[in-house]
Amino acid sequence: MQGNNGQLYEGQKLALKYFTVAIVLFGAQLLFGLIAAIQFLYPGFLFNTLDFSIARIVHINALVVWLLYAMIGAVYWLLPDEAGREVVGVKLGNLAFYVLTAAVAVVVLVYLFIQVGPGNEMTTWLITEGREYIEAPRWADIGIVAVVLIFLYNVYATVISGKRSGILTVLMADLIALAGLYLAGMFYTDNIAVDQYWWWWVVHLWVEATWEVYVAAVGGYILIKTLNANRKVVEMWLWIEVAMMFGSGILGLGHHYFWIGTPEYWWEIGALFSALEPVPLVGLFVHVLYDWGKERGKGNTIKNVPAFAWLTVETFGNFLGAGVWGFMHTLPQINLYTHGTQWPAAHGHLAFFGAYVAIMIAAIYLAIQGKAGLKELKMTKAGWWAISLITVGVLFMTVALTLSAYVQTMVERGMYGGTWEGYFVAQANQWFVQGMGWRLATGLMVIVGYVFLVYDLLTCAKKQPEEVYEASGAAAAA
Amino acid sequence: MDNKPSVWTSNRFWRRSATWVTGVSAVLLIFLTFDSMAQMQMGTAQDIKNKVDKRIPSPVVINYKIDYQLNRKRGHEVPIIGGMDANGNSKYEEKEKFFGRDDYSEKEARALIHKGKLTIQAKNCMDCHTLLGNGAYYAPDLTKAWLDPTWDTLAPAYGGKEHAIAKFLQNPPAMAMHERKMPNLGITEDEAKAVVAYLKFMSAIDTNGFPRNFGKIKGAVDARK
Repeated sequence: MQGNNGQLYEGQKLALKYFTVAIVLFGAQLLFGLIAAIQFLYPGFLFNTLDFSIARIVHINALVVWLLYAMIGAVYWLLPDEAGREVVGVKLGNLAFYVLTAAVAVVVLVYLFIQVGPGNEMTTWLITEGREYIEAPRWADIGIVAVVLIFLYNVYATVISGKRSGILTVLMADLIALAGLYLAGMFYTDNIAVDQYWWWWVVHLWVEATWEVYVAAVGGYILIKTLNANRKVVEMWLWIEVAMMFGSGILGLGHHYFWIGTPEYWWEIGALFSALEPVPLVGLFVHVLYDWGKERGKGNTIKNVPAFAWLTVETFGNFLGAGVWGFMHTLPQINLYTHGTQWPAAHGHLAFFGAYVAIMIAAIYLAIQGKAGLKELKMTKAGWWAISLITVGVLFMTVALTLSAYVQTMVERGMYGGTWEGYFVAQANQWFVQGMGWRLATGLMVIVGYVFLVYDLLTCAKKQPEEVYEASGAAAAA
Repeated sequence: MDNKPSVWTSNRFWRRSATWVTGVSAVLLIFLTFDSMAQMQMGTAQDIKNKVDKRIPSPVVINYKIDYQLNRKRGHEVPIIGGMDANGNSKYEEKEKFFGRDDYSEKEARALIHKGKLTIQAKNCMDCHTLLGNGAYYAPDLTKAWLDPTWDTLAPAYGGKEHAIAKFLQNPPAMAMHERKMPNLGITEDEAKAVVAYLKFMSAIDTNGFPRNFGKIKGAVDARK
């Protein structure tokens, strides 16, 4: 976990910076999500000051950006450890970090205080591109590409001059795909169908292909670190998952091409491949856990309980949120009625949390342990509160949104055929409103959990029992 | 015992499988994308003159009456531009005044929808509304907004629904239809006209029947007939 003599690598120190910004942006995501949730129930809240559109833009962009920060951080954390050498170009990496953070700050301030612009090209260059998830103005897009290129260079240069493990091989291939896909969202066209077609190359192929593979690689690393998992087994499963995820995820893109002006053959392609998407999500974890269970009681304790607990949440959250909740409305016969309702919101909340948020928190706990130089990291009380409140909160939020979605689908689409009148009748239905109420309540629960999480991340290393320190002292002496 | 390791636990086998599966999927996607792009190209005024249906028609559709009707052969609703012939296909004949004109040239119509889409992006419409079903769920879907029955009830008072929609866009709280009001986004008269043109153009896009049963409201099975 650490470099020579118990010191952190410079790359790992850079990772800590990325993690810090990630956690701050996570807080921003929750705060603006709270505002948006309130506005669903009380539409007058902050009307004409911070409208729903602005609350939501910050909510979803903060999510995407903090996950990217945490992902870059996690790679910088494991890279020197896996490659067995310091990160090449770490100074350049530091520079990129400050440039990116300054750019993110400027973009957020523009979202909050300028909000919208006149209907011309200048707005798309300087204020917003107005395209869900990738609203960042084009100057920021170009900056992001530059920063990502530096990151890619550092990863490649480090691995080429160091050791090259299977985990790193997967990451190298995956990161180049992730960076390349971003370019598909960087042009303007009047044709909204074509616009949406390429927009999904960024959004879907990121979230349901390259990010999933990234998560599998990082998850493998965490299993090796927390359970001493057999590297050969981990890497074999990693390749199986890559085959299954890219095999289902790349053409699973089709489930977004049902209704945007694309040819009908996407119905069959989208239905088939997205139905396969849930399959690969738990294999690696279950196999390693089985191996570990066989050896239990022979002194192989969990080396980092919080990281392992969050990885468990990730495994099953990913399967439920991305897999089951995604599958529920992925077939075109169902999707025709659920597309553009609260269904995707229900699925999206659990999927992002289960697949990405949980594992990024696990990676951060791993870094906490490494930074403090502890042999083991036990769960603290605050840590339990954090994981329980956040996980249960998101799970219940998903159920609440699903109930609202169900009513909306039946009333707006089934009875009223998707008209505006149908839309508003559904939105006023007491069951729908009740779901929104529970969403707000569970959102507050998640925020309380977040407070515990931040507190725990700051203090857990100091609250470890004596033996953990002794072990680490003994290890340092030996 | 045979010491040969099983292929199913061989890293090399799975690495090769992963590479092949990824490669084949990517090649298929690229192939399908070429085909989709060809089918999704925006139509031209010439297509409309030749009565050729395009998935994404020429912007000059703003000169025509647009409807959305069940196509028995395809089993779902399709946009009908300029009236319907005996076979249920678009006729491209019945025109409709749009801000007093029905003779927008291809160039004029294109300029209008260009400004319309830029305005839709500049005002972040997708962070409340959905377009083609994508976006946020705080406000109604705009895919077939031009055809929504709401505007038919308002049209007479404003001298046509394009005027009603444009008026609404320039100061939404003044014409609020619901407690969940649209904020005033500083949309100018020119921008409003361009957005309305875009909404009319978008309603003519063939979305494979989305949204389903559009317009069957008020308890009747098919109230629009």
